[in-house]
Amino acid sequence: MLIYALKRGGLAVVIVFFAMLVLFSLIHVIPGDPVSIALGPRATAEIQAKYAERLGLNDPFIVQYGRFMWNALHGDLGRDVFTDRSVTLTVLDQMRFTVILALTALGWAALVGIPLGCFSAVRRNTFLDKFTGVISVGSIAVPSFVVSIWALLFFSIMLGWFPVIGAGERGNLADQAWHLVLPAFAIGLGWVGYLARLVRASMLEVMGENHIRAARAFGLPPAMLVYRYALKVAILPTVTLLGVGMGNLLSGAVFAEIIFARPGVGKLIVDMVVTRNFPVVQGAVLLTAVLYVLTVLIADLVAASLDPRVRKSL
Amino acid sequence: MSARASDAAAPVPAASAAPRRKRRFARTRRLFGDPLGLSGLVLVLVFFASAIFAPWLTPHSPSKINVKHRFEGPSATFLLGTDQLGRDTLTRVLYGGRVALQVAAIAVSIGLLAGLVLGMLAGYGPRWMDNALLLVFDTINSFPAIMLALAIITLTGPSLHMVIAVIIITSIPSYGRIARTQTLALRGTEFILAERALGAGPVRVLGRHVMPNAIGPLLILAAMNVPVVVTIEAGLSFLGLGVRPPTPSWGSILADGRQVIRETPWPVIAGGLPLILTTLGFTFLGEALRDIFDPRLRRST
Repeated sequence: MLIYALKRGGLAVVIVFFAMLVLFSLIHVIPGDPVSIALGPRATAEIQAKYAERLGLNDPFIVQYGRFMWNALHGDLGRDVFTDRSVTLTVLDQMRFTVILALTALGWAALVGIPLGCFSAVRRNTFLDKFTGVISVGSIAVPSFVVSIWALLFFSIMLGWFPVIGAGERGNLADQAWHLVLPAFAIGLGWVGYLARLVRASMLEVMGENHIRAARAFGLPPAMLVYRYALKVAILPTVTLLGVGMGNLLSGAVFAEIIFARPGVGKLIVDMVVTRNFPVVQGAVLLTAVLYVLTVLIADLVAASLDPRVRKSL
Repeated sequence: MSARASDAAAPVPAASAAPRRKRRFARTRRLFGDPLGLSGLVLVLVFFASAIFAPWLTPHSPSKINVKHRFEGPSATFLLGTDQLGRDTLTRVLYGGRVALQVAAIAVSIGLLAGLVLGMLAGYGPRWMDNALLLVFDTINSFPAIMLALAIITLTGPSLHMVIAVIIITSIPSYGRIARTQTLALRGTEFILAERALGAGPVRVLGRHVMPNAIGPLLILAAMNVPVVVTIEAGLSFLGLGVRPPTPSWGSILADGRQVIRETPWPVIAGGLPLILTTLGFTFLGEALRDIFDPRLRRST
């Protein structure tokens, strides 16, 4: 287990380093001079020189890269071009909202998707199984921003059941939860389908194994068989998928944040793209990518600690 | 030896030609017999037809402003109503389909080709090349497509070309991984070893022998990847980072509709419906094709 953890962790570190290299190189790889890209065509030569000096853009590439890495490892991702505020603080400030939204979405997806998968597996090849299968595939295929916008139109505007914009009043938990319902529903819907499909497939596999057949031969009731014995093994692949799901929802949240006008990293990035505030975008994308790699890593480690077979796969 | 081998091999394809043709028809029949696959096929065909023939299907212009007819509901002249500038929503949806089709065609074909080449190199080349390419794939995968697009577009400014480029970059790993697994499975087989013993170089082995065997699963993956591509294009255009106005895209129709959602529900409904139908169509068709041609893929996707 320790060897697996070290190997898997090492891989994650390497990937994060490469991701940082890619993000850092972008500004140099994209055609055009970084300063005029950032400041726009109306900036005078004097302002441009000052800006280049401040960001250290006159140094050789390797020096700039070294400094970027050094600062990033110390938690300093640079400063906002316009307000001079720390990028790390700005991003972390917004990250709370995104993490809460992603967790809520994944939570409801797991609560509905996993039982749905079991239900389908037990009633394999019946009409209900096929019906849930089609619904699952459909929910995976449908873009979350269409679901968001239609949910907004139907539940908030036409029926008036839910608030239209914002994340709710500060300090008022009930209000915040109320604002969370529709966005979390919309971006979590696809993951209900993913989880249901995965649990169904893995459940069917487990149900054919010897220990389950033995238990059945002993006359255990089917419900106990499924939920008590088979699910324990069948749930393992879901752990990995939950890690991937969390990472994807962190970036997929951008649409729900824009549509429901919620604060969050996605909304921050889109706002900053419009003003071409590259340091903030760079920092926010980097932190999201790191968080993604981290959640997948944690999920893989949990899966490996639960299932010895996973450990051998690396 | 080689002459005898080819003599012995020659009659086999001839003899199996007739059953194989029959089997091919059987597969077509299976696709038509599967209600989901068939409806997927119909939706995909409707998507292609409406995108290609858009200018002949509607009398209106997608970008001509007509302030007199702002925010109209559906009527005989404007079947899906009009938007905030009085433009016919149905016309914009039809033209938006052209953008989606264009992006999907370019991004999927280039992504598939690049993934195929890189995947075969990873599977057939030396160990270090395999490891390096896998690391590149993993790094690309560590950025969600939307995030990478946002970072690049901050620097370049919104453009459809950049959207296509980002989609290609982010879709290469999935094609590459499958091409690599296929190549790894093939490289030890006897006919490849025989071909190499006869002096064939890597280009011939990969181009003549590995590629035809590896391309099938990739084509199925491509069909299943179209919804992803269409969704990313629409998503970025929704965020205002894809097509430039007044060009209509399903994403930009939705974004405009979101602004005026309290005035009229029609642009939001009309912009979302084709997206849902197209993604569902390609997904159901892709699933049906996969089940018919290569059930083993079911586990890996």
